[in-house]
Amino acid sequence: MINAGELSRELELEIISGSGGLETEVLGGYVSDLLSDVIGNAERGAAWITIQTHLNTIAVASLRELSAIIIAGGHQPESAAIDRSNIENIPLLTSRQDAFTVAGRLFNLLNRE
Amino acid sequence: MKLFRADLHIHTVLSPCGDLEMSPSEIVKNALRKGLDIIGITDHNATGNAKITKEIGERNGLFVLCGAELSTSEEVHCLAFFENTDALDRLQDYIDMNLPFVKNISSLFGYQLEVDENEIITREEDRLLTSALLAKLSDVQLFIHSLGGLFIPAHADRLRNSIYSQLGMLPGGLDADAVELSRNCKTTNFLSSHPELKPFTLIRSSDSHCPGDIGTASTEFMIEKPCFDEIRMALRGINGRYVERI
Ligand SMILES: [Zn+2]
Ligand SMILES: [Zn+2]
Repeated sequence: MINAGELSRELELEIISGSGGLETEVLGGYVSDLLSDVIGNAERGAAWITIQTHLNTIAVASLRELSAIIIAGGHQPESAAIDRSNIENIPLLTSRQDAFTVAGRLFNLLNRE
Repeated sequence: MKLFRADLHIHTVLSPCGDLEMSPSEIVKNALRKGLDIIGITDHNATGNAKITKEIGERNGLFVLCGAELSTSEEVHCLAFFENTDALDRLQDYIDMNLPFVKNISSLFGYQLEVDENEIITREEDRLLTSALLAKLSDVQLFIHSLGGLFIPAHADRLRNSIYSQLGMLPGGLDADAVELSRNCKTTNFLSSHPELKPFTLIRSSDSHCPGDIGTASTEFMIEKPCFDEIRMALRGINGRYVERI
């Protein structure tokens, strides 16, 4: 098992906010930029890889009980999203790598054993 | 006051997905044939055919709201309308500043043409207009309102490019003049799953891409006469003006 803090180290992600949630276990992954799709299909505990930076990403992650949000491709979250992630304790992590690369690394990491 | 019928979401040949028959004159002709009093010209991230359509409309007793369908960085589509050509030009500047340069391949995406009233091509747009602007929804909303324009999130019920598909839920602090539902959306069902929309004025439009679509969905405005200010008052439900429930 791996938690969001360990995940950020392994995938070399920058922790932007929501560090109160770094102990949360990462149970899987999900890649999507359609928030409606995430609401409908992401599973609890998934680390969610996206390039959306809107405040609503935090609400969606909280609703689906996701373990972390990884914003790929060098995009930066909006400041309202940063504030909200601290309240909800959802780790907001960023990567300069694109979503494909981050997803590949996450997949390998979660399937290592 | 009386009811005027409006279809506020119509694409011209300037939109790559717009049929080549969607010239300003053809649009006006079809709108009048369908009994519309008001139409909105809303090309994807472009305003180039709006003014000429307004001129042709004016000569033929059809009121034309000039605007565009903007695609925000979240890929939410929203309609923007402005009262005068000055503000419309400012919108075009804003688009030019925020539209990434991706070359249109007309054989793949379609032609993007500005035409005159005789359907003579006056300009071909070479940037792909369906790209997302590098401006987020909240900034687009602020910009439109700073110029006194109308801001209307488009086809809220669609599974692509709608505020719900892209953002999952209505963002807090949304200051929309109305919310648009698409042609076949069942209003009661949609409102019961999205009760947060109840405070908003709802409109329905055709999102026409070919002449046969024009007027297949519309909204009725109870106003004094078709003009920008009356339409704004109706959307806001003030001074006795209102929009009929769709
Ligand atoms: Zn659209
Ligand atoms: Zn459209």
